[in-house]
Amino acid sequence: MALRQISQRLLKQLGQRLQALPSDVAKSLPKLIAPLLGLCFFLLIWQVLAARVETSLGNFPGPTEVYEQASNLWAEHKAEMVRADAFYARQEARNEALLARNPNAEVRIRDYTGKPTFIDQIGTSLITVATGFLIGSAIAIPLGIVIGLSPTMYAAMNPVIQLLRPVSPLAWLPLVTIVVAATYQSADPLFAKSFLVSAICVLLCSLWPTLVNTAVGASSVSSDLVNVSRVLRLSKLTHIVKIVLPSSVPMIFAGLRLSLGVAWMVLIASEMLAQNPGLGKFVWDEFQNGSSQSLGRIMVAVVVIGLIGFLLDRGMLALQRAVSWDKTAILR
Amino acid sequence: MRPTSVQKQTRFTQPARSLWAAGLASLLLLGACGNKDEAASPSPQAQQTAADIAKIEKPDLKFGFIKLTDMAPLAIAYEKQYFEDEGLYVQLEAQANWKVLLDGVIGGQLDGAHMLAGQPLASTIGFGTQANIITPFSMDLNGNGITVSNAVWAAMKKNVPMKDGKPVHPISAAALKPVVDDYRSQGRPFKMGMVFPVSTHNYELRYWLAAGGLNPGYYAPDKGDTAGQIKADVLLSVTPPPQMPATLEAGTIYGYCVGEPWNQQAVIKGIGVPVITDYEIWKNNPEKVFGIREDFAEKYPNTTKAIVKALIRAAYWLDQNNNANREEAVKIISRPAYVGADQEVIANSMTGTFEYEKGDKREIPDFNVFFRYNATYPYYSDAIWYLSQMRRWGQISEARSDQWFIDTAKKVYRPDLYAAAAQDLIDEGQLQASDFPDFKTETGFKPATAEFIDGVEYDGREPNAYLQRFDIGLKGDESP
Repeated sequence: MALRQISQRLLKQLGQRLQALPSDVAKSLPKLIAPLLGLCFFLLIWQVLAARVETSLGNFPGPTEVYEQASNLWAEHKAEMVRADAFYARQEARNEALLARNPNAEVRIRDYTGKPTFIDQIGTSLITVATGFLIGSAIAIPLGIVIGLSPTMYAAMNPVIQLLRPVSPLAWLPLVTIVVAATYQSADPLFAKSFLVSAICVLLCSLWPTLVNTAVGASSVSSDLVNVSRVLRLSKLTHIVKIVLPSSVPMIFAGLRLSLGVAWMVLIASEMLAQNPGLGKFVWDEFQNGSSQSLGRIMVAVVVIGLIGFLLDRGMLALQRAVSWDKTAILR
Repeated sequence: MRPTSVQKQTRFTQPARSLWAAGLASLLLLGACGNKDEAASPSPQAQQTAADIAKIEKPDLKFGFIKLTDMAPLAIAYEKQYFEDEGLYVQLEAQANWKVLLDGVIGGQLDGAHMLAGQPLASTIGFGTQANIITPFSMDLNGNGITVSNAVWAAMKKNVPMKDGKPVHPISAAALKPVVDDYRSQGRPFKMGMVFPVSTHNYELRYWLAAGGLNPGYYAPDKGDTAGQIKADVLLSVTPPPQMPATLEAGTIYGYCVGEPWNQQAVIKGIGVPVITDYEIWKNNPEKVFGIREDFAEKYPNTTKAIVKALIRAAYWLDQNNNANREEAVKIISRPAYVGADQEVIANSMTGTFEYEKGDKREIPDFNVFFRYNATYPYYSDAIWYLSQMRRWGQISEARSDQWFIDTAKKVYRPDLYAAAAQDLIDEGQLQASDFPDFKTETGFKPATAEFIDGVEYDGREPNAYLQRFDIGLKGDESP
């Protein structure tokens, strides 16, 4: 019910925004000048300074080289798609030959075995971070409510949370790798081990902000509301669903937003070490390549990582705004 | 029939465009797809081997490799569709380092990998991680070099004999000895890098140093010492190959032994000078191998044979017509997904030349050998040489009989699997019997040779007698 309301409200807001777009742009044009100037200034400084940094792989890449490498990566992606089509065509021909010899032969079409391109790697990274983050949140929110409602639980859990919260993904990684290798064994695994390792590291590092925020939100429900609940003799479950959850929603979403930021940051490091074929592995592989284009390509990844992080954050912010009942609160 | 519906399938190892497009692409506004009309026709072998393809037990395979030029047979077998001709659908994946790669093969994430010759041997005897890894295919001969920093070269050059203004090669480590003594008298330990404790590079670097009178240090795994620096004049430590030039530049190490392109990289970047190639340390020494788990070969015999067939064809292609295909090979492996270094860097060694000091480029046609001289045949005597060096430097902590060396070699090196695959290729008419050793009479032992930098004779049948001939190194039942 609540979910439907939220989505309806979101859609309505989106519709209003879209209608108001032309006039909005005109109105916000003066506001755009400062950010645009800032961006141009940054690009200028970058271009000038980059040319002065000489490395063993040539000059540090400036914006022009990064643009060049970005188009290279796009061209490589397109070339790989063509190769993939040729691969499928060859498979078809092979299977037909097989069937011609033996009509009962079992044939199937396999996924393309070529190299994941930069675009595929962005996809892998997004799927990995989403998996870790969603599972993490599914653990953190209920646990946070339990902790927030019971001071005893809070006292019991707090030291553990404070102890685990600052642990770096790099410290978790060897442990997770070994545990996954020992416990996850199957002949035809659904997930690659490297994917699981990265996702679990993301989970372990990113659930804390949501957990802490949910606990704080649940423990600071207005006493008036708690009294109302008592007077109405609401059952424990109804109390949580009708009173605690709605009033802690802003805090939960603030926590989720922090968690998503942490998750994205942690992901790159985990992928680098777990060799999950996402952006982290891309950066590591390019570092190992050590060609004259490597630095430019790594910079493309840096820009894309930053951009996706920014978009994810904006997405969470929009969600947070939509579900927050206190429309006067300033969120940024 | 168009394969678009198939492309929609999703695997997390190779994520499909569709899944993330559905959920997350709205954030990015990328994701238009390429042109789908072009298609290549399958090679004639597709029809020939169609009957055999049905017998492949495990057609979907994933192989690991390290970004070095000697991974070329894997890249070529993939790009020239030799794997597909055998009905294999192989994914090649670059690995972060040798440890990750070995763990991948042991743990089953990888079905096989480009390995250091010492890795299957060490795993089988339990030095490092214990696991039964076997080798049905040897990947190449030679291909490594030893590079020192510019400062060390400047000091060392004074001790190197010159002819026509150029240093006389091969350069002995005796020229390095005064430099090391000088460093040590100033209280600075002389540090060099190699890629892995059981790597070819470790043994080659040690061989070269010891031949010049420098002790590279001993291991003592029974006493818990796996650093290999006991009684060392030169301290050796592990650095992953692609980080060698950067580590040298940072001054953490003063030299290293590594495969190509990382020696030529040092020349081109002007941060170091290669002083010797492994070809000059031991002429036509065996290098990388292709390693698989023993139980993989037992469970999937047809698959194993098919893999070896594809790899033999790839190696043959690499050396065909006197290295005529090397230019094309350079183009293929310089792609970012394979070795990824600049073409000119890779071309330097792959096309039969080697640049020592900047401008001092010399012809070494056999610097990288992939097929000639039966390079791909897994000789027992090659395995025993590696085992002998493990004993020499204490990685094998106690004396072993000659029979033990031979038995261990026979357990790991599997010329039987190689011969079966080669025989298939001969029967199919792809290759001639004359391209291979005569399988009926081949014993797996190369004739005794003294083509080492110090001229010490090696006979694979008598490893203990061989160890007795060295001044530096453990022999008999000595321990460090």
